[in-house]
Amino acid sequence: MFKGQNYGGSSFFEMLRLDHPESVPEFSNLDWSTVQVPHGTTVLALVYQDGVLMAGDRLATEGYQVATRDIEKVFKVDDDCLVAIAGAAGPAIEMVRLFRVELEHYQKLEGQQLTFEGKANRLSHMIRQNLPAAMQGLVVMPLFAGYDHQKNRGRIYKFDITGGRYAEADYYATGSGGKDARSSLKKTFVDTAFERDAAIISSVGALVDAADEDRGTGGFDINRSIYPTCMLVTESGVEEVPESELLAAYELTMRQRQER
Amino acid sequence: MAVPYYVSPEQMYQDKAEYARKGIARGKPIVGLEYEHGILLAAENTSTSLRKISEAYDRIAFAGVGKFDEYENLRKAGIRYCDFKGYNYCRDDVAAKNLANEYSTLLGGIFTREMKPFEVEILVAELDGDEQGSCFYQIMFDGFIADHSRFAAIGGDSEDLVKVLRDAWKSGISLREGVRIACGALGRAANASAKLDQENLEIATLDRRLDGRIFRRLEAEAIRALIE
Repeated sequence: MFKGQNYGGSSFFEMLRLDHPESVPEFSNLDWSTVQVPHGTTVLALVYQDGVLMAGDRLATEGYQVATRDIEKVFKVDDDCLVAIAGAAGPAIEMVRLFRVELEHYQKLEGQQLTFEGKANRLSHMIRQNLPAAMQGLVVMPLFAGYDHQKNRGRIYKFDITGGRYAEADYYATGSGGKDARSSLKKTFVDTAFERDAAIISSVGALVDAADEDRGTGGFDINRSIYPTCMLVTESGVEEVPESELLAAYELTMRQRQER
Repeated sequence: MAVPYYVSPEQMYQDKAEYARKGIARGKPIVGLEYEHGILLAAENTSTSLRKISEAYDRIAFAGVGKFDEYENLRKAGIRYCDFKGYNYCRDDVAAKNLANEYSTLLGGIFTREMKPFEVEILVAELDGDEQGSCFYQIMFDGFIADHSRFAAIGGDSEDLVKVLRDAWKSGISLREGVRIACGALGRAANASAKLDQENLEIATLDRRLDGRIFRRLEAEAIRALIE
């Protein structure tokens, strides 16, 4: 149709690769294991009564140094889903930006949304494209969560660097502090009938634990008023948990721990 | 070797234009107008899945009359153009003016070079952030482009429809009033149905009260409530 348009399908990513290869994010031509790039650390997701919660700390590190204190790692992708990123921040943020356009592009061309499963598949495809760079040290580890309107509940997908896609039942955490956050969630997570407040408190506790054990995870920076990002997806859309509510959950958690 | 018949360029252009106009006149027209919160686009359309009005980008809507497969392909090309531009630069860099120019160049080229011209007419509507900022670009089958503000119509009887809109339109009208005026204009088309209701109306808005992607399609229920 227009000059330079050869691709005729509904994928923005495939269109870029065919018609504008110069604009495809490309990181695979360097050995990244020898360079320090900013890394995002702990992100987590858990299913609760109304949908799904996703949270992440705000610190990015370059080796043993702080790269950014207030980076965002949890992103709204569309009205029904979120992506959280851990690993090399640059390519991960670029991937989220591309993924966002990918979903919007499909929706506009086809006149309908992709299913939750379909979105997870597209993301896995994009991670696979990054495999050459991942093999050279530039690992991108997203966590994908959202509200599945077909199954009427919140859902979580985790991925590995090969694009492998695994549906997680109830909760998951990834990144350098992911293991600590998971251990914490394991103790506090009761079941998916969790209420909103309990889900927020549980995730705040997990981030506090991750920040406690992992030097790369930021936690609550009270002096600078930098708090983790926490977002919820329910049937009616995405909602960001206000800072005041997070701070209240943090204070409650700390008080309970002091009393123990 | 047989000598081909000589056809003068004037004759050829006339024939092609007549052919395209006939095709477009078979379709039903579309009107667009400004209302208090943005832009309203309306068309008569009995299909609930094959759309005439759709979203192109954050603040840009696309509407086409004529042959469905032709304007559908133009719609898709437009979305690819906008999404690539927005990804490569910034979402605010995508403007209806550039999109309309692309359509004009493409349709002009097809009209001149191809045997069969496209039997379509396109309307690209854009709502700017400020109060006075609506713009309609009308692109004809031969690439002719015109810009309108406040209201516009495309399709076979567009000139008559614009007259109706000019008489009825006022600044700051409500959505209900806007829909009434749009229906009044659509009902004047030569091939209009006797009754326009939620069963055969397709209505969409660009609403400046929203953020980001501001295109909204009105559901049958909402349309029924507006025309009651």
